[in-house]
Amino acid sequence: MQTYDLTERGLRGLNSILHAQSEDTNQVSWEVVNPRGSHAIAVGLDAPLEITVKGSTGYYCAGMNQGAAITVKGSVGPGVAENMMSGSVVVEGDASQYAGATGHGGLLVIKGNASSRCGISMKGIDIVVHGNVGHMSAFMAQAGSLVVYGDAGDALGDSIYEARLFVRGSVKSLGADCVEKEMRPEHVCILQDLLERAELHARPEEFRRYGSARKLYNFDIDNVADY
Amino acid sequence: MKDTDTAIPRTLPIQSATFTKEINAEIRRAAATGIYDIRGGGAKRRVPHFDDLLFLGASVSRYPLEGYRERCDTSVTLGTRFARNPIELDIPITIAGMSFGALSGPAKEALGRGASAAGTSTTTGDGGMTPEERRHSSRLVYQYLPSRYGMNPKDLRQADAIEVVVGQGAKPGGGGMLLGQKISDRVAEMRTLPKGIDQRSACRHPDWTGPDDLEIKILELREITDWRVPIYVKVGATRPYYDTALAVKAGADVVVMDGMQGGTAATQDVFIEHVGLPTLACIRPAVHALQDLDVHREVQLVISGGIRSGADVAKALALGADAVAIGTAALIAMGDNDPKWEAEYQKLGSSSGAYDDWHEGRDPAGITTQDPDLAARLDPVEAGRRLRNYLKVMTLEAQTIARACGHNHLRNFEAEDLCALTLEAAAMAQVPLAGTDWYPGKGGF
Repeated sequence: MQTYDLTERGLRGLNSILHAQSEDTNQVSWEVVNPRGSHAIAVGLDAPLEITVKGSTGYYCAGMNQGAAITVKGSVGPGVAENMMSGSVVVEGDASQYAGATGHGGLLVIKGNASSRCGISMKGIDIVVHGNVGHMSAFMAQAGSLVVYGDAGDALGDSIYEARLFVRGSVKSLGADCVEKEMRPEHVCILQDLLERAELHARPEEFRRYGSARKLYNFDIDNVADY
Repeated sequence: MKDTDTAIPRTLPIQSATFTKEINAEIRRAAATGIYDIRGGGAKRRVPHFDDLLFLGASVSRYPLEGYRERCDTSVTLGTRFARNPIELDIPITIAGMSFGALSGPAKEALGRGASAAGTSTTTGDGGMTPEERRHSSRLVYQYLPSRYGMNPKDLRQADAIEVVVGQGAKPGGGGMLLGQKISDRVAEMRTLPKGIDQRSACRHPDWTGPDDLEIKILELREITDWRVPIYVKVGATRPYYDTALAVKAGADVVVMDGMQGGTAATQDVFIEHVGLPTLACIRPAVHALQDLDVHREVQLVISGGIRSGADVAKALALGADAVAIGTAALIAMGDNDPKWEAEYQKLGSSSGAYDDWHEGRDPAGITTQDPDLAARLDPVEAGRRLRNYLKVMTLEAQTIARACGHNHLRNFEAEDLCALTLEAAAMAQVPLAGTDWYPGKGGF
């Protein structure tokens, strides 16, 4: 286990060291202490590292992660795991806006609540939130799954494409072109797998599935009020 | 008919200057279809432009350089503020961002070939970077757009610069648009979208709002790329002074200012023609912002939107820009709107020179299409050669004017080299009306 004191040694040094690790590095485990809300911690990683951040972070923690497993023992600022490609990010506290924005792959687990626009424009990432998500979550969500154990705020899944949304609690309102859909066996399997990987003890049958009505995919004057 | 009728003079039919034939046709089209007009290109209306400026040339007080005998250099370096590897260009003319999706694969390849042969950069677009584009572009700027289609750290790292796109001159405040006809299998896969849908990109970035957030976003991009490559911020011309100042504050190495004549692959005509500022109007405010912050030339300014010739390049540089970017002109050089396709343009209800239905994907020139048969009409090697030639000619033209003004480098152009033909141009460019030493806003009239 390598320990890096962020306050003492600085952000550039941390990301520089982590970027220097190759796929076959034997310095796999890293502990980052004293993050003190710093931005851009552990961004652009491209190796199967295991990072534990001991404290809360600022913007874009684990941004564009590719292959690393990052755990934040605290809360995270806006844009955690934005544009993640693969690997995993686990947040033990709460997440601010845009958690998992535009992510292409990997698993983001938020054990607390996520603020607005969680999963905005997601492109294949899987996101599991143990608590609630704020308004406009999964806005323009293209692919992947968003699982919410608690409640979802206003306009869930507005202008959604092909992403799957699973919510156990209430949904304050659905956004344009987002509808409740039948939970078929294949969705139960997907959800079961995500719940297990996110260490969330719940039964898939308790969730409802939401997705695109696909009415806005091509312009139609009769749907103009929804645009 | 009676003789008395012929004796009375008749009023000739008068076409309304308000309800022109074009306006009436648009009203009828809207009434028939229920959808706004979508098209490609930039503003077609007449706005004050570089044509409204003239160079003064040498005189008793300034001596010229010998054409062909005395050197006039053209190089420029972009990204000198923070990046470890700024971009060195042989000429101050770059290729603006245009997406694979909006353009065919061969067209993107041709842009890379032409730009590389001329010693300059080309730019990706909304949809990501293609391997062909990277392979054929010696200097490739990777656009970071609100949609983040195709965005990935691998491509980010292999870019020579990153351009954070806040806005575009043709549609400042609007997102990208790519209609279903052009969402082919490959385009759909790159963008993670269903094939054949009408794709409307977001107009705002999904994970930041405002200049304070932008500063943090730029920090993240620098950290991911280890502070190696320059970061540009591109804005549509709306509030050029403040947008430039805020981009500088946010940490941009380069500011790209795109005027309303700048093209787009597709958006609403009403957006193109009625939102934003002419290119001429945005240069001086942007330069003033850089000067006020004491970073003029440290943060480079790239101007785009309606650049057509070496004279336009020279005028933009004289007003304080460090380089320009071309888009529409590059497509024309490659064969877009060529009269040789006139019969096919006619079949599409258009004409060479006026064809702007780029969103439909039926471009006879094979440039703004994803139709494999049409795309095959464009030979990327030949089109790249034409683009290189055009870029070389523009450079030669700018050098010609520079020598006539007594400058041994294009960067030495200055506003004092210019005068304006109209009050409007004088006011926007802040150079004297021809034959006077005054422009609107300057005292002493």
